[in-house]
Amino acid sequence: MRALILTLRILGILILAPAAGGLLTGLDRVVSARMQRRKGPPILQPFYDVMKLARKQSTTVSSMTRYFVTLSMCFNIFTVLLFGLGLDLMLCVFAFTLACVFFVLSGYSSNSPFSFVGTERELVQIMCYEPMVLIVAFGYYQVSGSFNVGDAFRMGSPAVMRLPFIFIGLLYVLSVKLRKSPFDLSMSHHGHQEIVKGVITELTGICLAMVEVSHWFETVFALGLVYLFFVYASPASWAAALALCLAAFLMETLIDNAFARVKWKLALQASWIVIFVTGGVNLLLLNL
Amino acid sequence: MKYAKKSPWILHYDGSSCNGCDIEVLACLNPLFDIERFGAINTGNPKHADILLITGAINEQNISVVKQLYEQMPNPKAVVAVGVCAATGGIFKDCYNMIGGVGEAIPVDVYVPGCASRPEAIIDGVVKALDKIK
Repeated sequence: MRALILTLRILGILILAPAAGGLLTGLDRVVSARMQRRKGPPILQPFYDVMKLARKQSTTVSSMTRYFVTLSMCFNIFTVLLFGLGLDLMLCVFAFTLACVFFVLSGYSSNSPFSFVGTERELVQIMCYEPMVLIVAFGYYQVSGSFNVGDAFRMGSPAVMRLPFIFIGLLYVLSVKLRKSPFDLSMSHHGHQEIVKGVITELTGICLAMVEVSHWFETVFALGLVYLFFVYASPASWAAALALCLAAFLMETLIDNAFARVKWKLALQASWIVIFVTGGVNLLLLNL
Repeated sequence: MKYAKKSPWILHYDGSSCNGCDIEVLACLNPLFDIERFGAINTGNPKHADILLITGAINEQNISVVKQLYEQMPNPKAVVAVGVCAATGGIFKDCYNMIGGVGEAIPVDVYVPGCASRPEAIIDGVVKALDKIK
């Protein structure tokens, strides 16, 4: 019986997570269009795009590219699975990092100068948000007494009450992970960038479709971290936290439309200042 | 390719034109015409594109570029030649370095008339080109 429930939960996550990620991406495009006084594409547009890409001709430059992209997607799915099953947050963070490393390797495997510059920027982006993700996990351990994601539902009060500064820091680096301006250095969702499409310049067909699906899972995991800050024992908080995740995502859309892209040095310096001030102050206050 | 029709990603290349058609192509993206409502994206990358939108004529300098862009696009793909210059060479036809319309370099699926072509006509051309993607 337990095995059946576990299988059903895994299936549920494998269906709901990409559905939510795709719908959020579609919502992002519609809301962005409305902010620019356009009608915008249908909300299901990301699904149409992926279905189209999956059936298009694949012209990968290196045989390793598809291997790396597939592994990157698998580890992103694995991260969301661990998180959805309420398992160890540290393991989620490590699996998430591994997914990013495979994505970087896919960028380096094609000998395109645009892809190379994009990949170098992708590494900078990873350096921008990675410390914050670790600080989130560490702060979560301090307030809940465990790294288990499931324990958040047994806490007496939401984590954000004791980790307000870490939450602000997380919101700051969220735009890096969601690839939003001003931090969409390595590849942009917008069709006009000085390095063509950065990391994914050389990817076509099914590889590009897998990158898109990976990004849906990344979005779900990033918003899952936001979710962790608001849930506690009260069932009302579970729904409220979902609404707040959506609010955080829409805030990122607004930021995306309101800011121009920054240079990588500023992105790195600004992120690290914010991370170490918010994270440091909050951890200090917790341990006083 | 049912879904290809719902997600045409466009690559825009300017051969040798007066830029009039290019401005009209960009007008398709603005709030008034908003070609993104059909799922279209103006991508700058031939490897991601489904439709090659060419304005202007083909000359000795750009013929290799146009051929290379076309070859880099993965199948299925379509080519839309926008404006009179892209169709025949237009007003530049008799210049010493001109070869002619886009059809001289690569197979064209849809010719959009006009000098300059109107945004409505360009969008209509893109929609017609989608029927060619199978």
